[in-house]
Amino acid sequence: MKKTSADVLPAGGGSGNEPLLAVDDLHVEFHTRAGVVRAVNGVSYTVRAGETLAVLGESGSGKSVTAQAIMGILDMPPAVIPKGEIRFKGTDVLKLSERDRTQVRGERIAMIFQDALSALNPVFTVGWQISEMFRVHRGMSKGAAMKKAVELMDRVRIPAAKQRVHDYPHQFSGGMRQRIMIAMSIALDPEVLIADEPTTALDVTVQAQIMELLAELQRESQMGLILITHDLGVVADVADKIAVMYGGRIVENAPVHDIYKAPAHPYTKGLLDSIPRVDQKGQELYAIKGLPPNLLSMPTGCAFHPRCPYRQENCVTDTPPLYEISGTRGSACHYWREVLDGERQ
Amino acid sequence: MASGSEPVLEVRDLVKHFPLTQGILYKKQIGAIKAVDGVSFDLRKGETLGIVGESGCGKSTLAKVLMALEQPTSGSVRIGGRDISKARGGELKRMRRNIQMVMQDPYTSLNPRMTVGDIIGEPFEIHTDVAPKGDRRKKVQELLEVVGLNPDHINRYPHQFSGGQRQRIGIARGLALQPEVIVCDEPVSALDVSIQAQVINLLGRLQDEFGLAYIFIAHDLSVVRHISDRVGVMYLGKFVELGKDAEIYDRPAHPYTQALLSAVPVPDPEGREQRERIILQGDPPSPANPPSGCRFRTRCWKAQEICAKEEPLLQIRPGTAHMSACHFAETHDVVHAG
Repeated sequence: MKKTSADVLPAGGGSGNEPLLAVDDLHVEFHTRAGVVRAVNGVSYTVRAGETLAVLGESGSGKSVTAQAIMGILDMPPAVIPKGEIRFKGTDVLKLSERDRTQVRGERIAMIFQDALSALNPVFTVGWQISEMFRVHRGMSKGAAMKKAVELMDRVRIPAAKQRVHDYPHQFSGGMRQRIMIAMSIALDPEVLIADEPTTALDVTVQAQIMELLAELQRESQMGLILITHDLGVVADVADKIAVMYGGRIVENAPVHDIYKAPAHPYTKGLLDSIPRVDQKGQELYAIKGLPPNLLSMPTGCAFHPRCPYRQENCVTDTPPLYEISGTRGSACHYWREVLDGERQ
Repeated sequence: MASGSEPVLEVRDLVKHFPLTQGILYKKQIGAIKAVDGVSFDLRKGETLGIVGESGCGKSTLAKVLMALEQPTSGSVRIGGRDISKARGGELKRMRRNIQMVMQDPYTSLNPRMTVGDIIGEPFEIHTDVAPKGDRRKKVQELLEVVGLNPDHINRYPHQFSGGQRQRIGIARGLALQPEVIVCDEPVSALDVSIQAQVINLLGRLQDEFGLAYIFIAHDLSVVRHISDRVGVMYLGKFVELGKDAEIYDRPAHPYTQALLSAVPVPDPEGREQRERIILQGDPPSPANPPSGCRFRTRCWKAQEICAKEEPLLQIRPGTAHMSACHFAETHDVVHAG
């Protein structure tokens, strides 16, 4: 008999205050010909039911690799996970067999990708691709699965779902394609949804539609949402808490209101200060100097020290741990007190 | 911001239609994509005109027609008083010197087989009279220095630079012929957040130094506001609103502008539950078959009968100080409301 995800993992909601998903000291390396790339160096975060965690970072910060490790879709090799745990309701999914892992993927934890056009298969109709979830995971017949696909397309508000279920991905606009991706990801009622830059390729008006849809779906089913993005505006709009990543580590985590009011890491502060503001029109924008680090040759000590205005001697030699500022806040900067007290530009 | 001086660029009733054809041997025109459909504006020396709008609204086609990379269907683009779309041969070549472009994607707009020196020096190969042969290397090094790159890196290839540095190379190439106008098509949207501010500062500095006029096309509305003196909002090939930056952002009169501004996420979580948000339904209609009358009426909450019958012209409407194309134009501060 085929195992269901309930056999692999306990069903039902997370008990009490137990987080739904906990990433604990995760390390991911890529063994390439040019050397070992340490893409993720000890990342920890948690998501509870109904909560939205925003993971903020630039390209190369390790935010997407962390998500791929959670989903179990990293190519191994070249990727290696030398250390760390990913606990879903207390069970470390990294220790599961490939077969059991497949039961978790899609069914309990699902993911939406940035580029819906390349994430969808161009030679199958969208209805076929959505209904595949039901055929493979639930063993439904073609007809019944197709009916479910139409229901889902209605749920993500694709007009005339009944007719459009037979269309191919290229016949849809960018926003509609992203809705189809969302329909596929919520098909099996996952408890955790990872959205990797879900609106980066879209116009602001369409972005607003998609973010509203995600918020609504989350309210209905109390999903835990991990939103991976580089957009400080989107984060401020929807997140409950934020983890800022730089050079494969979390440099600051905090509830959303705290971080915008008073950032505790120079990198976060620099990002917030470089947003154009109305009262600074015509003046130079604050810019973080220098370039993001090369993952093949990471700076010693704090990875941000070559670009940091708060740098002291020990930043070059000692890697700062994630200092606890309060029960819900942390900053990986030796001088977080100075940053926290510092004036916003 | 030298208002009152002669415009360096005058665009009048510019139209660009791409024919839609049917049949293989005997191509019959069955319609047209109306990418740009009647756009007029002036650009003065040292001024920046920002252009915003959704994808497919015709921003990039407009940029191509301004650069004379596409022939307009009708209308004129005058640079220094002469129409570039009618110019041919040597005259066209000379006029092109005055208008240059910075592209969106610094990864594909630089030839990977050419050194940085060759890329930036290529405009001198075409316009040989600008810099005599022996002088070129020195000129290229000067340009590298102007955009904040190390002049010793002249023999490196594009892949040896980061995204932000590559965009600086693209800007140096645009500056080589000392143009009066630079068209920037989404110059920072492919860059990391921490690098965007560096490039925007560079563009601002170069403008002050050389008195450049910019056409700045972008979808990031806060960046456009920061850099622009005036802003034009485009929808399906037409300007629906055109005015000074403060007029467009603080007192938008067209419903589309209001919806666009309200959709931009504000980077401040305070009061996010109370914020007014106009969420437009559906996608923009196809530019091959735009709605009759006002093109925005199919998504507009103010639409009445007149909107389907009569096309609203871009003009100054009662109660506003800038031009908008809506029968029911009414200023409404969406960003600061609530």
